[in-house]
Parts: sequence; C-alpha cells; structure tokens
Amino acid sequence: MSFNIIVLAKQVPDTRNVGKDAMKADGTVNRAALPAIFNPEDLNALEQALLIKDRYPGSKITVLTMGPGRAAEILREGLFRGADDGVLLTDRAFAGADTLATSYALSMAVRKIANYDIIISGRQAIDGDTAQVGPQIAEKLGIPQITYAEAIEEVTPGHIRVKRRLEHGVEVVECTLPAVITVNSSAATCRPRNAKLLQQYKHAKTITERQVEHIDYIDIYSSRPYLNLTEWSVADVDADPQQCGLTGSPTKVKKIENVVFQAKESKQLSGSDAEIDELMRELIANHTIG
Amino acid sequence: MNNIFVYLEIEEGRVAEVSQELLTKGRSLATQLNCRLEAIAAAAHTEGVAEQVFPYGVDRLHIFRDERLSPYTTLPHTSILVELFKQEQPQICLMGATIIGRDLGPRVSSALGSGLTADCTSLEIGDHEEKKAGKVYENLLYQIRPAFGGNIVAWIINPDHRPQMATVREGVMKKEILDPYYKGEVVEHQVADFVSEEEYVVAIIDRHIEKSKVNIKNAPIIVSGGYGVGSKENFDLLYQLADVLGAEVGASRAAVDAGYAGHERQIGQTGVTVRPKLYIACGISGQIQHIAGMQESSLIISINNDPNAPINTIADYVITGDIETVIPKMIKYYRKNTK
Repeated sequence: MSFNIIVLAKQVPDTRNVGKDAMKADGTVNRAALPAIFNPEDLNALEQALLIKDRYPGSKITVLTMGPGRAAEILREGLFRGADDGVLLTDRAFAGADTLATSYALSMAVRKIANYDIIISGRQAIDGDTAQVGPQIAEKLGIPQITYAEAIEEVTPGHIRVKRRLEHGVEVVECTLPAVITVNSSAATCRPRNAKLLQQYKHAKTITERQVEHIDYIDIYSSRPYLNLTEWSVADVDADPQQCGLTGSPTKVKKIENVVFQAKESKQLSGSDAEIDELMRELIANHTIG
Repeated sequence: MNNIFVYLEIEEGRVAEVSQELLTKGRSLATQLNCRLEAIAAAAHTEGVAEQVFPYGVDRLHIFRDERLSPYTTLPHTSILVELFKQEQPQICLMGATIIGRDLGPRVSSALGSGLTADCTSLEIGDHEEKKAGKVYENLLYQIRPAFGGNIVAWIINPDHRPQMATVREGVMKKEILDPYYKGEVVEHQVADFVSEEEYVVAIIDRHIEKSKVNIKNAPIIVSGGYGVGSKENFDLLYQLADVLGAEVGASRAAVDAGYAGHERQIGQTGVTVRPKLYIACGISGQIQHIAGMQESSLIISINNDPNAPINTIADYVITGDIETVIPKMIKYYRKNTK
C-alpha cells in the first residue's frame, strides 16, 4: 500500500520576530530585512506526509510551491527532510495574487501532477494569516477538506481519519480520498534535515537556477535526474492568465497604513519600591484592583 | 436582493457570541446602506433561533433544519450558502473568524469566485475610485485588517465581485440589542433542494468539547506576557501576579509562538480581543496585531526594559524595568496595601 502525497508549502518572510529595521520610514515593509523561511505550519504538514511515508514506504511526497525563483530554496529544504520531488510554480503573471488567484494557480498545478491521494498544507501562512488557500484548492478540485488537523490517524486506500483541534476540544473525522488536509502548529514538529539527503540533494536546482548560476551544462543534471526541480509557468499548467495574479484577484488592496497609535500621556515609572507602592495604592483607591 | 447576510454558528440551539456580534455590525451596515439584514441558520435544532436573533434587527431568517447539519461539516453548509447566495445575490456576507467560519468562508468564496478577507478588525462603508479606468465604485465594504504578521494595516476592497465576504473574530465587534420586539420574517428551506447526499461524505467519528478553563475575554484584569518575558519559567511570575490580583493570564502571539503560553491565551487580531478594566503588559513590544486586541482596555500598564517599546505610547503607566524585579514588587505592595 502506498500513497501519492502533495505537500503545499510557501516561502514567507519571517514576520514573527520583526526587528526595528523591518519597517521603512514611509511605513512600508522592508522585505530585505526579513529572512525568508519555510512557512512554519507547512513544516508541520510535511511531517504528517513523512509519517505516512514512514508507515507506507512506497509513498511519494511532492512539495509544491508558488513564488519567485528563490522559493526553490524550500523545495530543497523539503528534499533534505525526506520529500521525493519538488515543483516550483513561477511566472510574473502570478504576481499580486490574492488567495483566490493563488488557489486557482495551485489547483491547476495539482491537476497537472494528476496522480494524488492526499494534499497536505499548513493551516495558514504567517505573512497573511488567512487560512484560505487550502479550502479554496479543495473547492477548485471538487474534493473534501479537513482543516485544523492535529494528526492524521489512519490512511487506507480511499479513506483518511484525522484528529482536528477545535477551539474548545477535539474532533475525529473521516472522509474519502482524495482530500485536502490543513495542519495546525499543534501537530508534530517536522524532523530535522537528514545528513545523507542533504548530500544527495544539495545540488538540486530548477532550470532557471542552473541558467543563472551558469551550471546548466553540468552533466550531473542528466545523469542524476532527481536533481532537476520541476519549474512550471502559467502556460505549463494550462492556466487561464485572466484568473491569475492581480488580474484574477477579486480583492484589491485599497491602501496600506503604518499605524500611528493615539499616544497617551503616560506616567513614567522607574520601578523603585516607592513608586510601585504608590501605584498599587492608587489602583486600589480607584477600585481598579482589590 | 443585494442584502447583508450573516452566517449563524449554532451549538446546541444557541447562537454563538460571535454571530450575535456580527448581527449588530450587520444591522448598522444594513441601515447605512438602506438594505435588509438577513441571517442563515443551518443546524439540527433551529427552534428558538428566531427569538435569539430578531432583537438584533434581523429582517429575514433563513432556516435549514436537518439532523446531519450538526455538528458542522464543510460540504453541506457550503452548498447551502452557495445556492442561497446564487438566488439572493447578497452584497455582503459576514461570518465569524472561528474554526467553522475559516473552514466555510474560503470554500464558499472559491465556489462563487468572490473575494474574502480574513480576521477583519474593522468594517466600514465607503467609495473607491479606480483612477486608471476612470471608474467610481460607491458604497463598498472596506475590510480593514492588520497584515504582514501585524506590522501594517491593510484596507481591502472587492470592487467587482459579490458578495463581499469578511470574517471577524469573536470580541472584535460589540453586540447590542436593537429592539427586543423587532420582528423579521422566517423562511424555511428544504435542505434537500440545496444539499445532495454525496455531500455528507465527511463523518464525525468522535467529538470532545472541553469547557474552556481560560476565560480571558471576560476577565476584568489581565496580566499579559510577550516575547520579552524570556522563558516559560518567567511566565510563572505572571501567574503569581494574576493569582494575587484575581486576574487571567494572556499572551502575545510571539510568546505563544515561542511556547511560553498556550494558544487559548493569545490576545490580538489572530487571538482574542479583550477590553478589561486593567491590562498589565509584561515584556510586550506592541505589534499592531496585538494592540488591535487590547487597546480598548480602560487602563494599561506596560512593564518593559525597553523604554521605547511601541506599546508604551498607549500605556497609562510605563514601568521601565525587568519583570523579574517589578512583578515581585507589585505583589508585595498590593499585599501590603490591601491588609
């Protein structure tokens, strides 16, 4: 028994620990100051796929991402941790996509991959926090979805059982395959890179990377086909350009604001005993506490 | 036609808080746009829902009753909304940014090809001019939310697609009864006309709902910690202070991501929105997405060793110092002064 699994991943700017230089003076985001990382919950998703592959060794994991050329970095990262294949969906026509245009493009790439049982992705990406792309892909493919998954408990041909983490509790659900599963950060953390796989795949590149680095002539890419990362454009996945990128996005950004808080007249305290004593008395006297 | 629809979340016959809050927001938007407010109840038990929602000013309640609609599963609820919206052509659809709303919203938006904005912190009506095309759109829904990890605020619009869909977290909007005697119309639909048998494909095998032990939303005092607290062990200091003051412990997203506190304690745009009478922010720098969830606190104390932490600008008291020294002093002098 084996399964074909597609893991949807996104390379995101690390918005979690944003330093002071992350915002430019004009209030826009200084992307250069933020390191690009494998979206954390997509790593949880990859681990769920790897756990299935552990149980059913013939299973195949393909990591699919959409982004600029450098997003190939996370495909390699996936290979280093145990994925079998990587696909980069990249085209200028995808730029400016909202969640709907993104899910359309990704769903077309999934259709091109064609042979899949399970699609697993992180619940949401940390740069947008929308949690929309997973369910939207499921809708476009006409298959069921299970969101907020914490563990894939059982997979059999045509069936999957998943434990979901709800606001106040858990739910175990079953549905037919193929299906889209989106995974929470409460799921198992992803295993680290495997040293052997790192050696094996460190030269894995997309065709564009090979051209940019002037290494496309090197014959390892013909003798070791697993080093070729697939790269697809709008035309390669037969996507309608009208439904891609900014053109295909029903939502538009009207404006972006850098918020300036309504500054209050703050009382500055140094934290000395006398000051804290006074503060607590004040709060008790005006019935804020006590 | 072209009314505002609110999807109601119903658990054991009770309409969820977040849905009640959205009805209040929906009512004020409907009044502003001079259209009607409609609500959708899809559940096993819908008796009593009308009485719960009409006081919020609902003009029309759509009822879908079937045993298999509770607990919620994705596909039947999606089909109900998609087919109903094809008939009714709403201009706006609001739902809770809950696990249900964030599962259902994107599926519906994809099926209808309409835009959806998640976790809005504010909704307003306004116009938009597309200068290049020389086109003016009147009365669009501005869907306002922090973006990019909460470092900026984005105003999102859907100029050409309907409905304009948005999700909002619990506690962001305030619920308010419009008129206890308000009466709307009830429309009972045949579920089978909307949902096919194959759509009950997801089976719920087991379900445990745990009563939440944490109740930050309604706590009058909150002691909240950020990444600057430094460790899970240091978070114990916050629990000690909370214990003494009769407070709840909250956390910023960075502290939750770092594993210092559980998700159920997260305050901010992607967590809970709170309005306590006292908010003590410990080691919280104050990203927009956090401040969006606590800025309406009556009194804010910020304890931070960085005197320039952004949160200090909205604090009533700024204590510059380490939490390890300041919190024990607060406990000590609280005890001394309440004796």
